[in-house]
Amino acid sequence: MRKKVIFRGAALPYLLLMPQMAVTLVFFFWPAGMAVWQSTLRQDAFGLRTEFVAFENFLDLFHDPIYLNAAWNTVIFASSVAALALGAALFLAVQADKQIRGAGVYKTLLIWPYAVAPALAAVLWLFIFHPSIGLVGRGFGALGIEWDYRVNGGQAMAMVIIAAAWKQVSYNFIFFLAGLQSIPSSVLEAAAIDGARPMRRFWTVVFPLLSPTAFFLLVVNLVYAFFDTFGIIHALTRGGPGNATETLIYKVYVDGVQNLNLGSSAAQSVILMIIVIALTAIQFRFIERRVHY
Amino acid sequence: MHRRTLLTGAMSLGVAAPALGQSQPIEIQFWHGLANPLGGLLEKRATDFNATQTRFKVVPTFRGSYPETMVAAIAAFRAGNAPHIVQMFEVGTGTMMAAGRAVKPVHELLAETGIEIDFNDYLPGVRGYYSLSDGRMMSMPFNSSTTVVWYNKDAFRRAGVDPDKFPETWQGVAEILPKLKAGGGTAVPMSTAWLTWAQIENFSAIHDIPLATLANGFGGLGTELRINNPLVQRHMAALVDWQRDGMFRYGGRNNAGEPAFPNGEAAIMFTSSGFRARVQREARFNWGVAMLPYYQGTPNAPINSIIGGASLWVMNKGPAAGGGRSRDEFQGVAEFFKYLSNPEVDAQWHMDTGYVPVRRASYALARDRGFYRDNPGADVPIEQLLRGGGTLTDNSRGIRLGGFVEIRTIMEEELERSFQGQQTAQQALVNATNRGNQVLRNFERANRG
Repeated sequence: MRKKVIFRGAALPYLLLMPQMAVTLVFFFWPAGMAVWQSTLRQDAFGLRTEFVAFENFLDLFHDPIYLNAAWNTVIFASSVAALALGAALFLAVQADKQIRGAGVYKTLLIWPYAVAPALAAVLWLFIFHPSIGLVGRGFGALGIEWDYRVNGGQAMAMVIIAAAWKQVSYNFIFFLAGLQSIPSSVLEAAAIDGARPMRRFWTVVFPLLSPTAFFLLVVNLVYAFFDTFGIIHALTRGGPGNATETLIYKVYVDGVQNLNLGSSAAQSVILMIIVIALTAIQFRFIERRVHY
Repeated sequence: MHRRTLLTGAMSLGVAAPALGQSQPIEIQFWHGLANPLGGLLEKRATDFNATQTRFKVVPTFRGSYPETMVAAIAAFRAGNAPHIVQMFEVGTGTMMAAGRAVKPVHELLAETGIEIDFNDYLPGVRGYYSLSDGRMMSMPFNSSTTVVWYNKDAFRRAGVDPDKFPETWQGVAEILPKLKAGGGTAVPMSTAWLTWAQIENFSAIHDIPLATLANGFGGLGTELRINNPLVQRHMAALVDWQRDGMFRYGGRNNAGEPAFPNGEAAIMFTSSGFRARVQREARFNWGVAMLPYYQGTPNAPINSIIGGASLWVMNKGPAAGGGRSRDEFQGVAEFFKYLSNPEVDAQWHMDTGYVPVRRASYALARDRGFYRDNPGADVPIEQLLRGGGTLTDNSRGIRLGGFVEIRTIMEEELERSFQGQQTAQQALVNATNRGNQVLRNFERANRG
């Protein structure tokens, strides 16, 4: 049942909307507008000399192999993080949903990583993977595997993917678990009576019923991998070695904050803004219209 | 009425504040980028200066690493709230030089305030780095260092290499690396921190070859990189080969590779002379300091190396006309600089921290006090800065490239690809030159208009 409130006149509803609008204007539209404006300018670091260059900053980006490399890295990074985080979370949620002793403890423990700050998570992984002080890093060395993510780009990418995915597993886990628990047991029991084995029950009954959750999580995970993994990359590899782990969001930081090239950095932010708008639009379209609960 | 009393109260406060300010010392904001223990030692200089007089009060604030401090100061300037003094690492010098009215050149500051500092007594390598080509000082030299070699004497002894004599040439280094690998007992014979500063920038300086055209950028914004030359190619190829053969290990960007020396993993480490305090504290073996090796057969080599570290820049408050600073504030800054230039203060800073003394007088003072007798090798960096008679060439004065922070990163990225075996050393240098020149052109364009 949807409650309908009827206001007399238009003043009060607009007034009630004001605070939210003000916050959105000040913290979103204004900075976003500034970024769009800045993306058409070239400036020295101190902001003393400004030149209007229209779309030149954007055109330069599309001709810059380093930027295209960052875009490709982002595709690999985001898809791997999403796949790994969703897969692991689904597996864990299915296991935790079973009738096992101490399920509450498992559930709580699995949610913990979400509360760890990205920089701290990165340091934890550093202590695992560092070639000279890390447990696993030294283990690889002892096994004769040449492990050094400071020199090997592929290893560096694998490490940031694992660290970033690990952070997101908890979030996915909660949603999957909630999704599993909302599946009526009568459906599963009926399938069982029909002779479906657990694996078949999972793929033909549970998984389709989870698909709205899974789709929602896919979008959330992609957005997370695109925009929220700066801290992990910064603390672990700083985009190196040789740009191997430089993603789009990291490059915005490098060009804007380190290299003080605000025009290019703003142009990159605008591109990222377009991507996130697209992702959000897709999510609303599919979740609101195509997927039914 | 309640509201009115509040209002008048606030107004009287507003009136009272400046009146109160008359009796207070004038505050000089000083942002620096040194973490402890160096940061504490730096702040002590400000406290000591404040104790010598009552008119000014220097307020030091730690703003994160050098690059973070630089970014913070620039952002503060754009917001009209820059500090009076900012400590800027040497790589930021080119950017600051081109900053126009954002900075107050030190020679102007001194002329306007009537304070004299004898810059002729400063080490030529230090003076040259921070002055215009006509010799006028742009910033105040403060903490300078240079790259030297740190080596593990115990590992040398185990490998049957003379521990008291580090090879003077790279040919000599090439001979001892296999011995160190076979019998040195360390994980790897050699490593480096500050890859580009140590192995390209200082390497080029001591061999008297240009890093960039127009006297390494001192001659103007139209400079182009010249790192793709036979000698640098040869050296980078050697490093890549040694990395492949397990005789050298790249330890990451900036100073990330440093811990491998005091913890005994690498027998030879190239890094800043400012590494001394840490080695003294952490190394559990006999160690030595040596000058950078050179390739025998290079004409003019070896000459002086160039400095790293940082200098102090005076900033205007913001982009508004007039700069927003009073005469008194500049007077305070100048007097603080005068205090820092005192050989007594400078020598103590050198002995406390491991940075080189920036004046000859302070060097003499430290020698007279027996500092080099008690700390063997502490004079190596200074001697290296004076190597070749201390007459600077266009190639050894320093480096003044706009966007140099970015160019350094580019060189590191390209060389990292070589260490991964994805491209040859020469390809790395070609790519770094092309990408670096693009940065230089962008900088030229942004700063010429």
